[in-house]
Amino acid sequence: MSDMDFEEGGAVKKFMFVNRKAPYGTIYALEGLEVVLISAAFDQDVSLAFLDDGVFQLVKGQKTDGVEMKNFSPTYRALEGYDIEKLYVERESLEARGLSEDDLLVDVQVMSAAEMGAMMTEQDVVITF
Amino acid sequence: MLHIVNKSPFDANGLAGVLRVANKDGAALLLIEDGVYAAVKNGANEAALKASGIPVYVLQPDSDARGLQTRLMDGVSMVDYGGFVDLVAAHSNVQSWL
Repeated sequence: MSDMDFEEGGAVKKFMFVNRKAPYGTIYALEGLEVVLISAAFDQDVSLAFLDDGVFQLVKGQKTDGVEMKNFSPTYRALEGYDIEKLYVERESLEARGLSEDDLLVDVQVMSAAEMGAMMTEQDVVITF
Repeated sequence: MLHIVNKSPFDANGLAGVLRVANKDGAALLLIEDGVYAAVKNGANEAALKASGIPVYVLQPDSDARGLQTRLMDGVSMVDYGGFVDLVAAHSNVQSWL
């Protein structure tokens, strides 16, 4: 392998974490977010994709006191501090749930299903939650 | 990209996600575990699978376990565990639609 393939001692790969589950009904969303935070320690090219019920993870105004669960939604806004700035949301999934970009608690890039598919195709590693 | 679906399409939306999002060029679909039910002959998903133009593979041990030996739609390719590995190796990346 040439020197071009290395940066600070290791190869940088494109990792996409795909979120397809709503936040509190199952543990997938929280566990996925934990893995994303861990990945930040490895200086990789990380992106997050939100589709299907995964878009509900980003809805503003989550308030979990009544169900005695941790509201982890503010963490999505903290990702920027870990240099994770590529958040992609599929437009069809948003619209099917009556949502728009204004309903989301963090800046994202909204894209069509086809654009999302193209984005997935160019990844080195795709991990779905 | 190799897309792997392991849930029944009658119970989960993984297959629908593939059919909506997958970039068709170079794509393949592998049905495993309860995902094999997507390929039942005359089932609700047969037309959509055929129309997608994406090659469909079915993990035969999972299909056999569920009694689907003679009940799968035409046009799907059966693979064993070795074939599963070959499919993964033949594609640049993989997505499991959990």
